[in-house]
Amino acid sequence: MTAGPTEAPRWVGLVLLPVVNLVAAFALAGLVALALNESPIQLMHVLFFGAFGTLESVGFTLYYTTSFIFAGLAVAVAFHCGLFNIGGEGQAYIGGLGVGLVCLAFDTLPFIVVLPLALLAAMGFGAAWAYVPGWLQAKRGSHVVITTIMFNFIAAALMTYLLVDVLIKPGQSSPETREFAQGVWLPLAHDWLTAIGIPMPRSPLNLSFVFALAAAALVWVFIWHTRWGYELRAVGLNEEAAVYAGISPSRQIIVAMAISGGLAGLVGINEILGVHHRLLLGFPAGYGFIGIAVALMGRNHPVGVCLAALLFGALFQGGSEISFEMRNLNREMVVVIEGLVILFCGALENLFRPRLEALFRRRRAAAAA
Amino acid sequence: MDDTMATAMALLAATLRLGTPLILAALAGLFSERSGVVDIGLEGKMLAAAFAAAAAAAETGSAWVGLTAGISVSIAIAMVHGYACITHNGNQVVSGTALNILLVGLTSTLAQAWYRQGGQTPALPDGARFRPIALPLSDALVGVPIVGPLWSTLISGHNLLVYVAILAVPLTAFVIYRTRFGLRLRAVGENPYAVDTAGISVAAMRYQALIVGGALCGIAGAYLSTAQGAAFIREMSAGKGFLALAALIFGKWRPLPTLLACLLFAFADALQARLQSVSLPGVGVVPVQLIQALPYILTVLLLAGFVGKAIAPKAIGIPYTKEK
Repeated sequence: MTAGPTEAPRWVGLVLLPVVNLVAAFALAGLVALALNESPIQLMHVLFFGAFGTLESVGFTLYYTTSFIFAGLAVAVAFHCGLFNIGGEGQAYIGGLGVGLVCLAFDTLPFIVVLPLALLAAMGFGAAWAYVPGWLQAKRGSHVVITTIMFNFIAAALMTYLLVDVLIKPGQSSPETREFAQGVWLPLAHDWLTAIGIPMPRSPLNLSFVFALAAAALVWVFIWHTRWGYELRAVGLNEEAAVYAGISPSRQIIVAMAISGGLAGLVGINEILGVHHRLLLGFPAGYGFIGIAVALMGRNHPVGVCLAALLFGALFQGGSEISFEMRNLNREMVVVIEGLVILFCGALENLFRPRLEALFRRRRAAAAA
Repeated sequence: MDDTMATAMALLAATLRLGTPLILAALAGLFSERSGVVDIGLEGKMLAAAFAAAAAAAETGSAWVGLTAGISVSIAIAMVHGYACITHNGNQVVSGTALNILLVGLTSTLAQAWYRQGGQTPALPDGARFRPIALPLSDALVGVPIVGPLWSTLISGHNLLVYVAILAVPLTAFVIYRTRFGLRLRAVGENPYAVDTAGISVAAMRYQALIVGGALCGIAGAYLSTAQGAAFIREMSAGKGFLALAALIFGKWRPLPTLLACLLFAFADALQARLQSVSLPGVGVVPVQLIQALPYILTVLLLAGFVGKAIAPKAIGIPYTKEK
């Protein structure tokens, strides 16, 4: 055989494959809609215009996107070290606890002092909650998938206890803390934009969006342009080879989990400091699990994660419109799509990949001949 | 004295009722995981089966049709898991996670579209449910000390599926340890290469294990909506699939210890319902949430090797690729 290019072009794996998987997921979701006597075309239309139809909806879309970027980056960093961090939900919850405690204690101080403290607390608490499963995996061989699932439940129980019995605002029945002083709330996008002359309706979009993009950039630098990132990926690709290169896998596993948890914890900044301004039950609302879909869809690359987060942000916002527009469907349809995306982009990634790659290899070989 | 006995028996009977879905789901996981396929999707299968059983029972008025529907749907989902993980060597954890999420959405979507009761199915009449069965003599023995409460409260008066769950444990132990199928199943989870060399199809064995697991999970789901409850409620599995997974690990992937773990977790659940804001001597009020979190904390400690050692099937989670 003549020497010819044997690999499919990179864009096949990076762009075409996710698109094909996405189309498959949406096609199945469309079938569900059809089975319930609703038009799939109308569903897509409602989702799209619900997400991008007005400036207000764009604001909501980007607000959801913010949380999903953090959650997606968290899963992606762990993936690069060969770890499946399924515990983003619990880490976000505990990260939010950190933000809440800082604000309850220091919200009389100026914003410029509280913000860095809150950021540190979000990352620190989230990192600590992921550090334990990481340490257990590295030192005791406890599988991180199982321990992070358990930690999600433990986090939920802990937060319920704290909010019902400890942190609850006295004299109130709903399990929430008191509202933080207004001085420490994150600036909302519509306030800023209106101030500089761009009319923008109210939405929960806040400064966290900028933090999310910055986090994505930092993760990119960290993973591909630092020694630590290199060592982390080395362990993820081949643990034994990494040992021979003088890298300690257990150290990398713990570091990867801590960073992953720290990123997940930042969801708490967007939700607690940006929007709710108090600590409340169940605020991560499944965002940690959406992070899995986002990371898989974005092929664990920060750019991909941001795009996938935008897709899911749009789905989430567009989904809230479904029940107004369609008789037989509601926003649960978005959860269906989320599950299908994880199925096709993750579990069934070998369904289309070999065929697509073979197709392009043949074309390349033919072109080279 | 009689009072204490009656309370204890009522507590243990509640433990049995709460433990039933855990036992069935944990045994489902046992078959799957012993064959080398991780089953994070117990939760989703149970939820889907609960919905299918409730919907079918509501339409036909028959609990048995409901049970059949629940089992069929659960097996079908197990086959999707198998298609992704066995046929296409997909990541088993990712596949299970995807199915869990998909089924939360799908059951709510279908329930809302079909019944429009906020994600619930219509309440089932008694005829369409599995009702408590009074065993012989349960009335006659009520007044007898010790034996009376033991027989009448603890052993008699559960629905059929509770007894099925209890009987499934020795049956599973027999199948796993005493039959050719069980031997091959365990072998395929420990060393699939050896099994393949012996001319047995690894994929076929794992698919069979998933079918058995699917069926058991289907019974667990049907129990939730047509025996314990009387309708499907949105997300009614409420983490029981994960609790069963924890029990399976706590039971070190063996039938009898898994049963004991399920009963322990169910006992904690039954107890916390009775312990709400009760002050214990010397301890004070135990937060309910601590008792709820206890199974998970125990499982983490076990996995960490601080409480015994959990040794998983060797080939668990690794897709099998035949050497070419």
